[in-house]
Amino acid sequence: MTTSPAPVPALREQMNIVIVGHVDHGKSTLVGRLLADTGSIDPARIEKVRRICERQGKHFEYSFLLDALEAEQEQGITIDAARCFFRSPQRDYLIIDAPGHIEFLKNMVTGAARAEAALLLIDAAEGVRENSRRHGYVLGMLGIKQVAVVVNKMDRVGYDQAVYDAIVSEYTAFLAQIGLKPARFIPVSALQGDQIVDRNATMPWYGGPTVLESIDAFAKAPPAEDQPLRMPVQDVYRFNRFGDVRRIIAGRVASGRFAVGDEVVFLPSGKRTRIASVEGFSMRETPAGAVAGQCTGVTMTEQVFVNRGDLMCRPGEQPRVSDRIRVNVFWLGREPLRRGRTYKLKLTTYSGLCEVEKVEEVLDASALTSPGARDRVERHEVARVILRLRRPLACDLSDELEETSRLVLVDGYDVAGGGIVREVLEAGAEDAALRWTTEVGAINRPLRETKQGHRAFLLALHDDLDQNGVALAQALEESLWSSSHNVFRLQLQADDLVKAGTDELHLGPSTYPLVAALLNAGQIVIATLPWNETWARTVALRLPGLDVVPCFQVRFHAGADGGDDGEADWTLDPAREPRALHDDVKHRLKTLLRS
Amino acid sequence: MDQLDRLEAQSVYILREAYKSFKNLCMLWSIGKDSTVMLWLARKAFFGHVPFPLVHIDTSYKIPSMIAYRDRIAREWNLTMIVGQNEEALAGGMNHTRGRLVCCTALKTQALKQTLDGTGPRYRLTADGYVPDSNREPYTGVIVGARGDEEGSRSKERYFSPRGVDNNWDLDDQPPELWNQFKTDFAPGTHIRIHPLLDWTEINIWEYVERENIPMIDLYYDHGQGRRYRSIGCAPCTGMVTSTCRTPAEIIAELRTTNVSERSGRAQDQADPHAMEKLRRDGYM
Repeated sequence: MTTSPAPVPALREQMNIVIVGHVDHGKSTLVGRLLADTGSIDPARIEKVRRICERQGKHFEYSFLLDALEAEQEQGITIDAARCFFRSPQRDYLIIDAPGHIEFLKNMVTGAARAEAALLLIDAAEGVRENSRRHGYVLGMLGIKQVAVVVNKMDRVGYDQAVYDAIVSEYTAFLAQIGLKPARFIPVSALQGDQIVDRNATMPWYGGPTVLESIDAFAKAPPAEDQPLRMPVQDVYRFNRFGDVRRIIAGRVASGRFAVGDEVVFLPSGKRTRIASVEGFSMRETPAGAVAGQCTGVTMTEQVFVNRGDLMCRPGEQPRVSDRIRVNVFWLGREPLRRGRTYKLKLTTYSGLCEVEKVEEVLDASALTSPGARDRVERHEVARVILRLRRPLACDLSDELEETSRLVLVDGYDVAGGGIVREVLEAGAEDAALRWTTEVGAINRPLRETKQGHRAFLLALHDDLDQNGVALAQALEESLWSSSHNVFRLQLQADDLVKAGTDELHLGPSTYPLVAALLNAGQIVIATLPWNETWARTVALRLPGLDVVPCFQVRFHAGADGGDDGEADWTLDPAREPRALHDDVKHRLKTLLRS
Repeated sequence: MDQLDRLEAQSVYILREAYKSFKNLCMLWSIGKDSTVMLWLARKAFFGHVPFPLVHIDTSYKIPSMIAYRDRIAREWNLTMIVGQNEEALAGGMNHTRGRLVCCTALKTQALKQTLDGTGPRYRLTADGYVPDSNREPYTGVIVGARGDEEGSRSKERYFSPRGVDNNWDLDDQPPELWNQFKTDFAPGTHIRIHPLLDWTEINIWEYVERENIPMIDLYYDHGQGRRYRSIGCAPCTGMVTSTCRTPAEIIAELRTTNVSERSGRAQDQADPHAMEKLRRDGYM
């Protein structure tokens, strides 16, 4: 008879919980208490902390069980989110202790983004503070819906129920404003160990659960398997050099499920095919499909060209596709988020450049009042912005699906902000125009320019009250035409133009594609802008997305000397002879014209 | 999906992101249980293949069976196996009696730095044994099997963690990391450490070894002496623990009832309460 091997112990459920709140409200102490009182911590580690505290001449600091970094222990604050594990009889926990100091908001966000539920701490003696509110707001944006509010340091207020009740009513009202409903409030003293794991007799007026009981009562989120199918393409593998001929589309299923044989569509391209197989390595059985949360790989019945960032979906359950989105962001960057600037946007596996078209509203996180529209979003602020993408994005809205509506913005080398897609807007006309010319192999602008012997460019003439602009435009059009140039003249109206930033004019949505098409067809476009005193002095017409095409400004101002030849912005004296003005401009453009 | 499925999926996702993001990518393989599980996860992620080199830093003081196991697995699994060593320090007679931190710094931290940036020797396993590797390009993405529950400073790590020009870890100013969007953009001369096992605990590792039937080096099991290694490294500085566990299942059962730290057998940790933080700031794994 052989002896049977030891039975494999059953797997236990795990939940990730983040502890947030204002600095010094006692987060690390609470976690240290939880660890110590549930017997989850190595006695040697407690001993190590005891030694450190003795050396620093302090009482035993529960927070040192977590604040492991030397600087943290010296300064007595949490700098980075720490993780630690503890077990209750019910399940295992990963506790993420997030820093409460404003300077470390990015670390708080990093910690909280991994959590399924949160404990939000408020110091009973200090009451609701700036970061109590800011953290509450960020939790909401991060999509954490299960929150218990812990009113700590009740020992410092003599376990007074009136103090507790006042905080409960103030904070409940605030959370309601941002759409968050806490599961419960719990009065505790982490230092004394009241209501953490043990139910001490210090607050007989409180009949509710302890902190440990409250987190045991948090529910695991229902699986996203029953939602619409979304699998962002992460990569396409063909390991030829290992003798493997499979072409595997790899990705993690963000939501929904699929099975072999299902018809799928890839967006934004709209290509359709069927799933031929689900691939794996050392699987217990050949997979017949995959569900939300799994990393998988599929082969297709017909080979379709797909890109990283495309969404594999089911026909009829398709996501939004757009190149203009309205987004709620929180900003963590060293430099402010600026209107008109370009950032890299990442949403699941999509990555592409975007421009901040508009900062619609900035929330002051400390008070959550709205100072209204601005040009930029400062570090640690929350705002609503419109982003314009260089290529279309397939995504969902934040109130529809979570994973495919969450994005980050990268500034330089760093992730500088996070956001959620609130709305998709009509496709930006500028990007639509760009797409007409970027096809590989097309007879494109440079090819046309070579054949016709002159460049395509835009000459913007700011008209004055005497209509010198229109007159000069006409003269230039005629002379260029007669010397075999392809030229087209446009007289723009005020409603063809959109003000962008403090010193730029862009073309409106219906005019931009027209001008872009003319330029891409090789035309010299001479556009007159209607008289406007401010525009004529300071504002320049720009063509975002068509930076490769030269763009010149001509203005009229009495006594002006024209400006340097190398510049793209000239101010001319309207008192000069029309013929002289014409020759001056043509001379400045000569390198772009037929010789 | 159970807890192991979730951990596996997250690690596979991270490995695939790393493979997509870095042209010069490698994985550090210490031969220990964590990085061996990580290697197995790479085979899962890439459908049986490991499309980047494995790098082992050989201090020359490793328990001898580790080297035999390394080369056997490397051949069986068709791995690109790279070995680096601080030959200069060894020629100068470096060993642990000169001070544990001194020795670790020279034979691990320094050796690692030189091997990663290509200034030190790199040997590649071929059919004829180890030969100097022609690729001396710096590795810009380095996959490391650190777990968050191992010791304090590791619990503060990111999945994708930047290292400076001097290989140093600026843990006072780490990048934000959320929604599985990782730091894959970095300045020239710096590199990124990638940590696919950050969320795993020691028990999870053994649960996964058991479930996947991963061939682990047998130093982790008792062979009748009532002792085994819980953590493996250099022979002079790694002690055994009293335990009769012969299988992953028995180890899981044992771990469920202990709260003694995993690294209690590792001498270098005892030198200073912040020893690991200091080592890791300078580039230690």
